[in-house]
Amino acid sequence: MPSITKPKVTHPGLRKNELELTVRDYEGAMSTLCAGCGHDSVTAALVQALWELSVPPHMIAKLSGIGCSSKTTAYFAAGAHGFNSVHGRMPAIATGANAANRDLLYVGISGDGDSLSIGLGHLSHAIRRNVRMLYIIENNGVYGLTKGQFSASADIGSRSKRGEPNTVMPIDPVMLGLSIGATFVARAFSGDKQQLVPILKAAARHRGFALVDVTSPCVTFNDHEGSTKSYLYTREHDLKVTSTDFVPPAPEILATIPPTGHALIPMHDGSLVRFHAVPPDYDPTNRVAVMDYLQQHHDRGEVVTGLLYVDESVEDVHELNNTSHIPLAQLPYERLCPGADALERLQERFR
Amino acid sequence: MDPTNVQDPNYYHRVVDCQWACPAHTNVPEYIRLIAQGRYTDAYMTNRESNVFPGVLGRTCDRPCEPACRRGRIDGSPVAICRLKRVAADLRGDITELLPRIPAAKNGKRVACIGAGPASLTVANDLMPLGYEVVIFEKHDKPGGLMRTNIPAFRLPASVLDEEIAMILDMGVDIRYDSPIESMGALLAEKFDAVFVGSGAPRGKDLELPGRHDTDRIHIGIDWLESIAFGHVDSIGERVLIIGVGNTAMDCCRSSRRLGGTEIKVMARRPRPYFKASPWELEDAEEEGVEIVINHAPKRFVVEDGTLLGMEFERLEWDQDARHSRTIDTIFMPCDDVILAIGQENAFPWIERDLGIEVGKWDMPIVDEATMQSTRPGVFFGGDSAWGPKNIIWAVEHGHQAAISIDNHCHQIPVTDRPPQGMNLVTQKMGISEWSYHNDYNPSPRQRMQHVDLTERFKRLELEVELGFDAEQTAREVQRCLNCDIQTAFTASLCIECDACIDICPVQCLTITPNGDEHELRQRLSAPADNLDQPLFASEALPQTGRVMIKDEDVCVHCGLCAERCPTAAWDMEKFELKIPYAGSVMWSSR
Ligand SMILES: Cc1cc2nc3c(=O)[nH]c(=O)nc-3n(C[C@H](O)[C@H](O)[C@H](O)COP(=O)(O)OP(=O)(O)OC[C@H]3O[C@@H](n4cnc5c(N)ncnc54)[C@H](O)[C@@H]3O)c2cc1C
Ligand SMILES: Cc1ncc(C[n+]2csc(CCOP(=O)(O)OP(=O)(O)O)c2C)c(N)n1
Ligand code: SF4
Ligand code: SF4
Ligand code: SF4
Ligand SMILES: [Mg+2]
Repeated sequence: MPSITKPKVTHPGLRKNELELTVRDYEGAMSTLCAGCGHDSVTAALVQALWELSVPPHMIAKLSGIGCSSKTTAYFAAGAHGFNSVHGRMPAIATGANAANRDLLYVGISGDGDSLSIGLGHLSHAIRRNVRMLYIIENNGVYGLTKGQFSASADIGSRSKRGEPNTVMPIDPVMLGLSIGATFVARAFSGDKQQLVPILKAAARHRGFALVDVTSPCVTFNDHEGSTKSYLYTREHDLKVTSTDFVPPAPEILATIPPTGHALIPMHDGSLVRFHAVPPDYDPTNRVAVMDYLQQHHDRGEVVTGLLYVDESVEDVHELNNTSHIPLAQLPYERLCPGADALERLQERFR
Repeated sequence: MDPTNVQDPNYYHRVVDCQWACPAHTNVPEYIRLIAQGRYTDAYMTNRESNVFPGVLGRTCDRPCEPACRRGRIDGSPVAICRLKRVAADLRGDITELLPRIPAAKNGKRVACIGAGPASLTVANDLMPLGYEVVIFEKHDKPGGLMRTNIPAFRLPASVLDEEIAMILDMGVDIRYDSPIESMGALLAEKFDAVFVGSGAPRGKDLELPGRHDTDRIHIGIDWLESIAFGHVDSIGERVLIIGVGNTAMDCCRSSRRLGGTEIKVMARRPRPYFKASPWELEDAEEEGVEIVINHAPKRFVVEDGTLLGMEFERLEWDQDARHSRTIDTIFMPCDDVILAIGQENAFPWIERDLGIEVGKWDMPIVDEATMQSTRPGVFFGGDSAWGPKNIIWAVEHGHQAAISIDNHCHQIPVTDRPPQGMNLVTQKMGISEWSYHNDYNPSPRQRMQHVDLTERFKRLELEVELGFDAEQTAREVQRCLNCDIQTAFTASLCIECDACIDICPVQCLTITPNGDEHELRQRLSAPADNLDQPLFASEALPQTGRVMIKDEDVCVHCGLCAERCPTAAWDMEKFELKIPYAGSVMWSSR
């Protein structure tokens, strides 16, 4: 435990967002993770992104499962709603919450163990349903909370702290997502907020399921030589395929965007994602080409990062299921529970 | 930016804003922590080492440390550094055993000091333990200089002054009262090994306006205060005008209030932001019912048949930054007495011009800023006598520097050979997430000094007005100190660039970024570094990416969280202790 909680004192020049909140207003409880854990940096990036987007904290729902990564929902947006689910079940909870209230921003935080081992089935179906949420996998290649066993994302040949190599094929959440129809796929690194913050902002504004796989080193169990998820390894093998800006829907900002050398993807709410210096052969809207590109670079041992794929045209969970526009909590009781007669009439239709 | 050279004691010293601003570089955070631990005697001795008169200064210091205090940049009010000094002085135990030993065998060197003010007393304090024979010539029959004759007893009780002066005189100083030096030439003929001039700036400025010499009810402020101190004056008329609005004016108006004045006005030429008096002195005077009148320029004294009726003033209107004024009209203000408090001057009628002691502008001696030596080797100046009126803490610092020079001079070492400052850095880590100091930020507001009730206050002239902090106030005030001497020390080779320190810092001091020149870097840090008075720390290139760690020292609250959240101990919290050289300092190796 840290000796003190982060003092409330702030920099005198601290700026405020549209809601008159400072970035400190998006913080949560003091982290109890190991000093230097990548997850804390992801939290800090998320705090920054939510502040920059001026999301009202009470309009955020934080969801997670079990793991060090899943603990981090406690460390940001103290004023938000939260649900800490059973190991691996967070995507199911998020789907249900979505159905009940489409007004909230759903932020799911998970780990590679939580999402790719025990929770893989739930994750896959949330992707398929295009559940509207920002889904972050804080990927460190191990089960950090249970002291460093290899997880399903550990690369073949990556060595544990005691020296044994992993021999089982890894699951790459990015490839998984692309193969089952994910509509927003990104990979980033906890040690590079310049890249991570705009990706998180774009993901929060995506109209469907935004999958962000963040390499987030476990400084205690997986940051040694021989690990492929360490700070040093990630830095040495990081290939930034795209570099992005998130541009909020403001006409004056739109006007300043230079047309050449960039790719622009309009988001559903009118904001834009601007890609800089995209390689000529890279098209972030062509699913097959992206998968091809990733496979080639994976074979060369490179960790491709950036906002890799976006598709804003696919219907989201609400359109697919015709969910209520009004959050269930706000429906008048008579509509939410129309009584035995209404039930009778409904059942009649199926007889 | 080039990597910061933290081997130079000046870098960390500058981070300790109060210590850097204190002319004598008192180790403020250290004594505040000692007070917090109830170690008042140690806190007193830490003070005494550099400022010699903690009890006096804890009540009267001009406190340049407070406007500099980092806490002021955080919540608007600096730590009450000065009044905490008084706490240490009031609550200390017996220190006889802790005072320097005076060698029985003398070193054979004799030093003469002129005047027994704080400057000369500091010289004696520093030289007596080294075996010098120090003779002080004082024209009055009591020691202390302006501390005794001009600072009123209701601000500084005589007992406090007596006690701290006695600590020095009891070292065996040969003090000769009622011994004004009337000829420097004659003194030099007595073949002292060195002479220190600590005679102050004894002449109060006069105001030559019509009527000035037609009455005996116009007084020169510092002379009038002196007469009160020596019991020659014990009353004043009911209506008093004080001309001038410096600290002397404040003591004059408050003294008038105690001697019978009921309608007291301090007359200022300029608007309030341009007053010389410290804000707290103005506040204290106004609390006692003194009226402060701005934009009035004295024109003449109105005297009829030897009776002072009042004064005429021109009412002024000033431009934006109070540079130029326009006269609106002339008004009359009735009064019984006028006190002139418009400044002090030096006067050396007793220094003959053929002794090699050269004078410059305004007949002031030419004195070297580092060595305090005049143009005649072996003759030194310090305190108000050197460059005109300053304050006690500057007089003390001049005394320390002059003592070093005198010691050099007496040992045939060039006075320009100054012993270097040194430093100690000691980690404060006691374990994982455990520090030897109280690292949390305490949001308490600055504690207000309690004063004697207005109904009681004027009953006795010498009744001390400030009551000092009580135990609870002290406990709160000490926790406001940000421990700026507990430095964030960085080892670039250990950093893995995980960002933990950057994310945890409550006040956005830290940034990892590609290097650049300072001006440009200041714009692209976690928070813009707009305070150019505060340094940036720049590390060596970091191992993984070659970027650098930049720290803006401006508002670091020394909470230690960066060091606590760093997985590799690249940051550490280390206590900085400035090693200040004094005369005869052992750390000076060139001896
Ligand atoms: C009204 C007033 C209030 C002040 N209040 C404060 C305050 O609150 N805080 C603060 O820090 N400073 C204050 N000061 C300033 C402070 O008192 C002086 O800056 C300080 O005392 C200077 O010390 P010094 O040793 O140079 O000289 P002084 O204190 O002036 O001492 C000089 C001594 O030399 C003696 N002397 C002079 N000529 C001769 C001679 N020819 N032969 C022998 N002896 C001689 C004098 O009698 C005197 O004792 C105040 C000053 C005044 C006038
Ligand atoms: C049903 C269930 N099975 C197993 C566990 C034990 N367990 C706790 S955390 C964890 C793995 C967490 O790994 P990951 O999601 O990668 O999180 P990290 O700690 O690495 O951030 C496991 C297996 C559990 N809590 N519940
Ligand atoms: S065990 Fe690993 S993942 Fe868990 S807090 Fe520590 S560094 Fe982070
Ligand atoms: S000690 Fe470290 S964490 Fe605390 S304010 Fe200073 S730089 Fe920031
Ligand atoms: S916490 Fe330590 S290792 Fe991490 S970036 Fe800061 S100094 Fe470097
Ligand atoms: Mg994990």
